[in-house]
Amino acid sequence: MPHRMHVMVCAGTGCVANRSPEVRDALEREIAKRGLEKEIRVVTTGCNGFCGAGPLMVVQPDGIFYQQVSPKDVPHLVEEHFLKGRPVQKLMYVPPETRTPLPKMMDIPFFSRQMLIALRNRGLIDPEKIEEYIARDGYTALVKALTQMTPLQILEEVKISGLRGRGGAGFPTGTKWESVLKATGEPKYVICNGDEGDPGAFMDRSIVESDPHSVIEGMLIGARAIGARWGVVYIRNEYPLAVQRLMIALQQAREYGLLGDNILDTGFDFDISVSRGAGAFVCGEATALVASVEGRAGEPRARPPRLAEKGLWGKPTCLNNVETWADIPPIINNGGKWYAQIGTEKSKGTKVFSLVGKIKNTGLVEVPMGITLREIIYDIGGGVPGGKKFKAVQTGGPSGGCIPNELIDFPIDFESLTEAGSMMGSGGMVIMDEDTCMVDVARYFLTFTQDESCGKCAPCREGTMLMLSILTRITEGHGTMEDLDALEEVAKVVAETSLCGLGTSAPNPVLTTMRYFRDEYLAHIEAHKCPAHVCRELNTYRIDPAICVERGHGCGVCRRECPEKAIFGEKNQAHRIDASLCSKCGTCVDLCHFNAVVVE
Amino acid sequence: MPKLKLEDLAEIREKARKATLLREGAARVKMTVHMGTCGIAAGARKIMEAALREVEDRDLHDVIVTTSGCAGLCSREPMATVEVVGEAPVKYVDLTEAKMKAIFAEHVLGGKIVEPCALAIGSERTY
Repeated sequence: MPHRMHVMVCAGTGCVANRSPEVRDALEREIAKRGLEKEIRVVTTGCNGFCGAGPLMVVQPDGIFYQQVSPKDVPHLVEEHFLKGRPVQKLMYVPPETRTPLPKMMDIPFFSRQMLIALRNRGLIDPEKIEEYIARDGYTALVKALTQMTPLQILEEVKISGLRGRGGAGFPTGTKWESVLKATGEPKYVICNGDEGDPGAFMDRSIVESDPHSVIEGMLIGARAIGARWGVVYIRNEYPLAVQRLMIALQQAREYGLLGDNILDTGFDFDISVSRGAGAFVCGEATALVASVEGRAGEPRARPPRLAEKGLWGKPTCLNNVETWADIPPIINNGGKWYAQIGTEKSKGTKVFSLVGKIKNTGLVEVPMGITLREIIYDIGGGVPGGKKFKAVQTGGPSGGCIPNELIDFPIDFESLTEAGSMMGSGGMVIMDEDTCMVDVARYFLTFTQDESCGKCAPCREGTMLMLSILTRITEGHGTMEDLDALEEVAKVVAETSLCGLGTSAPNPVLTTMRYFRDEYLAHIEAHKCPAHVCRELNTYRIDPAICVERGHGCGVCRRECPEKAIFGEKNQAHRIDASLCSKCGTCVDLCHFNAVVVE
Repeated sequence: MPKLKLEDLAEIREKARKATLLREGAARVKMTVHMGTCGIAAGARKIMEAALREVEDRDLHDVIVTTSGCAGLCSREPMATVEVVGEAPVKYVDLTEAKMKAIFAEHVLGGKIVEPCALAIGSERTY
């Protein structure tokens, strides 16, 4: 019998970490207890995108959205909603402006403002069942590509679509495919780059977790276009759930004969193997990735020759990122022109971004190119929490740049982000509020890139270290104006002379923060102050005597808890901090209920 | 699992789509069985099961059966609303399993309202 209700429980990494499997088990138990198992089906799906509010659940066919569901909510939910048809308000999303619960998923701005192409199946299918992918028109694009199109026609559609690589550089996908097709050398390979290493980015992980077959189908079509027999998915081993679902998907595709010899009886042969990366950031760089697949140390090499001429095992290789591959089937099904209608003049289609940092709706969004940062941050992301002011957004991962509030109405595409000194990168967006110190941010990202620099070329190896030491000096209050000039000069040299993308983009956080937040650098150097009070060495702590007495009655919590015993005072009297003993740990600030501790 | 041929894929799609149609929220016909306390007490569960069985027996690929709360006319339960895409919803009252069979045969498949058990066409005004 068919079911009358499907309960879609999110099982992306975020929700799993918030114990969505326990919610699913509780649901199944409760549904069985009430004898509803024939009418109601519980489906585990991939990431729904609203990761900040997990565990998430969508009840179909009515599209009722529930958030932060815990196993103890389940009996009430089953009785009220599933049995009596009364959706449970206390589990619904409540927009902060109106305070009225929004029952339907599509009424929530976070979802309604998005446009899903790469993530078209997220939350709608069970990623571990190939039949559910097929039900959503899965593998129809492959059938079209194999039976109605020549490889050149496939290539032509991809070129018309204007699709550009979603991994970072934004190279036109059609052009890349064409050069592999034209290159001499057999066999040819396709590679899927799933080595997503940017801190706070999880686009690729989420696509593989929620819809692995879309990547497989994209690779099949690409292989047909360029004439490849073998493909490799390079995915990091720190993504256990993605690896597991990918393996299941590959196995199912093989059983169905969608991978292997003579696919769908058309004479086309193709299969995919999986190569697991150990988590080195540099292995996301194409040539380093190939070296890693071949079993060599993950270090980049000089280009040209490009991978299209000399890639895996020295043969022509077509490497695209997870999201790029997932975009291919809809392009083939709907035509390149359809895709090219979406987006801006030079950046077509949609892009997936991960929203993290100081943002209300942490999660994963897919939006048309050309949307403004303001729309993403405020309309979809819900703005900055805690009534704080927005300061900047870091796009493009650790080697992207920080974009200030003044540029927030810029339409986002590959060109505009580069112009602003940042980059599209793979689509990470870290939102920062007024409590963020931009010098410290630059230092943080440099710590990452310096750590991840493979050390093969001198500019990156030495340059990132030098920049990091200057930045550290500035955050500790020992910076000079000469440091600032040196920093800029080193940054430019590293950007111009490094061997691979890691080095050429590593200075971006430094250069953009110096460009847009120079006053903060000057405050650190000249006034020895950190305006956001993040750099501890530059802070001084004192207790406001009036607040301490009037509101706190000299409660003494700070005195008792101070690890340095640097706070003195009696009950009912104002306390004070002895600056010579204070280690600037900030414990007193955290503990004072009356906000009497002033950081300056 | 034998290797698929082109036509097998289409077959799997049709079958799987039938099972997942519910999630799209849009089908040619949506049948809502009202299952508030009053509806359940009046036997709505049997009515709903009958509706699901009809979908199964007739192998319908474009009809979804769902439930909702009380429709407000508790004395005429069990009730169901049939919505055919592009047409006004029709409310049926005092349902029995036999009536449900007739509704499927005549209204869902034939497009003709089963007047003896229909209460009204349309829905109340909501703001």
